[in-house]
Amino acid sequence: MTVKVRADGARRSGKGRSRAALMALSGVLALSAVAACGGHDGGGARGGTTGAQGDFKQAPQSDGPLTIWVDATRLAAAKLYQKTHPTVKLNIVSYDGDADGSHYLQTKVSLFNRTRKGWPDVVFSTQNNETSWAVPAGFTAPLNKGLIAQSALSGWAHGAGDPCTVNGTLYCLRNDLAQTVLWYNDSLMKKWGYQVPATWEDYEALGKKVATEHPGYLVGSAGDNFTPEIYMWASKCGANQITGPKAVTVNTTSANCSRMATLLDTLVKNRTMSKSSVFSSDFDKNQAGKILMLPGPSWFGGALFEGTFKTPKGQVAVAPMPQWSGDPTPTVGNVGGGTWLLSAHSAHLKAATDFLTWVTTANDYQGQVAPGYPAYAPAAKVWLANQASSHYYANDIAAPLQAAAGQVWSGWGYGQFSQESIWAATVTPGMTGGKPIVSLLPAWQKAIVNYARSDGYQVKVGP
Amino acid sequence: MSILTIRGGRAGTHAARRRWWPGRAGHGFVAPYVVLLIAFGVVPTGYAIDFAFTDASGRFAGLSNFTAAAADFRFASAAAHVALYLLFWLVSLVVLVVGLALLLHNLAARGVGKALRFLYYLPGALAGAASVMVWLFMLDPTVSPAGFLLRALGLDTFGQVIAPGHLPFVLTAIAFWTGAGGWIVVMYGALNNISPELMEAARIDGAGPWQIARRVQIPLLRKWIVYMVILAFAVGAQLFVEPQLLSQASNGVAGRDYSLNQLSYDFAFQNNDLGTAAAVSVVLLVVTLAVAVVFVVKSGFFDAG
Repeated sequence: MTVKVRADGARRSGKGRSRAALMALSGVLALSAVAACGGHDGGGARGGTTGAQGDFKQAPQSDGPLTIWVDATRLAAAKLYQKTHPTVKLNIVSYDGDADGSHYLQTKVSLFNRTRKGWPDVVFSTQNNETSWAVPAGFTAPLNKGLIAQSALSGWAHGAGDPCTVNGTLYCLRNDLAQTVLWYNDSLMKKWGYQVPATWEDYEALGKKVATEHPGYLVGSAGDNFTPEIYMWASKCGANQITGPKAVTVNTTSANCSRMATLLDTLVKNRTMSKSSVFSSDFDKNQAGKILMLPGPSWFGGALFEGTFKTPKGQVAVAPMPQWSGDPTPTVGNVGGGTWLLSAHSAHLKAATDFLTWVTTANDYQGQVAPGYPAYAPAAKVWLANQASSHYYANDIAAPLQAAAGQVWSGWGYGQFSQESIWAATVTPGMTGGKPIVSLLPAWQKAIVNYARSDGYQVKVGP
Repeated sequence: MSILTIRGGRAGTHAARRRWWPGRAGHGFVAPYVVLLIAFGVVPTGYAIDFAFTDASGRFAGLSNFTAAAADFRFASAAAHVALYLLFWLVSLVVLVVGLALLLHNLAARGVGKALRFLYYLPGALAGAASVMVWLFMLDPTVSPAGFLLRALGLDTFGQVIAPGHLPFVLTAIAFWTGAGGWIVVMYGALNNISPELMEAARIDGAGPWQIARRVQIPLLRKWIVYMVILAFAVGAQLFVEPQLLSQASNGVAGRDYSLNQLSYDFAFQNNDLGTAAAVSVVLLVVTLAVAVVFVVKSGFFDAG
């Protein structure tokens, strides 16, 4: 695997190269001398770099302040940690959290890699695919190779570590999950005498019924860039099966993909499936009050229904995501959920690990304060109990959310290319223009293949 | 030594200095600009050219970065998008700016000119990103004050407004609104430089406003128009802020790699490939320079008179 970063030590002249080689040699000698002396740190060794995965060498440790990068939402976590751990010296830096794929973190790390300094110790990111570049860039420290005990790591929900795992090594900790469930309006369902659909077939049938009996009401939205993650992912559509650090299999024309695309087309055509993004102003103005059902991630409840739509208390309920009838293994999709990364260059590994463990597992934060469904299962229990005590929801949301937490289909990979923006740029405009999604599946595949190749992936097309 | 001789000596050296370095005051004034130009213009350009011809480990790579950029699946479409946009933007700029400036010049006599000049200039005074933000509201039929116009065109949602086929118009409208006001003021100034005797003579010869504009004013504005086209071409070829913000506002529906500059940005910060990113910007530089040279030579821009 080659990383296109101009190495700082690389010089063009032969003389420079030999000097660099001499320095590297003396570095290696110094390192082995340190190792022979029983592994005291310091001693002039220029450690702190990881090449390929696994050969992690920790940087010389010091007791300076711990630098933590968080987004605005996670600022509360860092402040709470500071309050409960007054002896730890913290340097809290607020940044955009790489939201909307801003690549801020990647850009900064590539600059820090050139200047060989400046890396934060711990970073929160709203993106699940950070390891796809951060591991080859040597930025992230392996967590399950001695830093965090396996017993502690087993507390995370099944599959929560998938985005963080490269070749069996864990490179980040999942902050929250974004498993998909079926949100629905309990009052309307009862009033109209409808059954909450358990299968996609029932869901489609109900959509057709709503189209004739209550036109204008919605059973979902296909106009969002989360559409592939909510529907195609749940339907086990293999749009991006990451098979190696830089290998991907793309197959968007399989039966698993086309069955869901056909369902979406039927409901888009009868207008029970919105063509607008749930975050757009026209959805908020014209359609938010007309939601009967809305498949979506766990955070839709707080962020969308309670926050944006201001749906009154006691109306919104949660059911498990529908499944295809006859499918013995229930699967759901996933939309987001942040991660915490620990820098391989950190000079404060112990303090950084302590913070990392606290912020992802502590009930004080994850159970009581965190806005999203905690990826750490014991904290999730407390979080769910907290949600129940608010009495906002019309039913008990704990069981469906807990079940879905372990059912996220693991065949959907976390590649460097953004599935959301590829879908948004290739499928959404066509759908808005009236083309069926089924007819756009080959174009979707072509775009994924192109983007994956330009990110350096070996691409296999088809099953 | 008396004071007089010292004075005499100083005056002597002054004169001597003036002899071997004439116009040094002018050079002094220009020097800070030259230093800044070298530091923030020439050196980065040289650095980018260096990047464009070297590989990831800093070795000379020939044209491989250029071929990599041209072979990328996004390059041809991005180049086509920019070319189409430039066509729309330059034509609308020349026709509308010259037209509005002539109109303004005619109105000036009636006293409303000052207010209009201020109005035209105002959008240009807004920072680039801020004025695009204004447009994001304007283009969303649900919140736009001009929503009725958009709906009359059959566009009910933001997604429909920014459909890929509409982008050249949308981007031209944004660019025109943010950039044209300044040029109208410049053209107005140029029109004021045309001697009143000349206009008077044309009028006595029986020319109407249209003939004066066509036969007297526009030919005399030619150099200013060429100047505007050269600068607008350079700015337009570097199209970035408008599509980038549209892309973010639409959650990616307006593609992230619509223009060549966005593609270059993607190469640098998405693919971590600075060489290819630099190659794209060098291509833009070469094309812009070539177009400028053609315009300058054909129009006799630097000829006296």
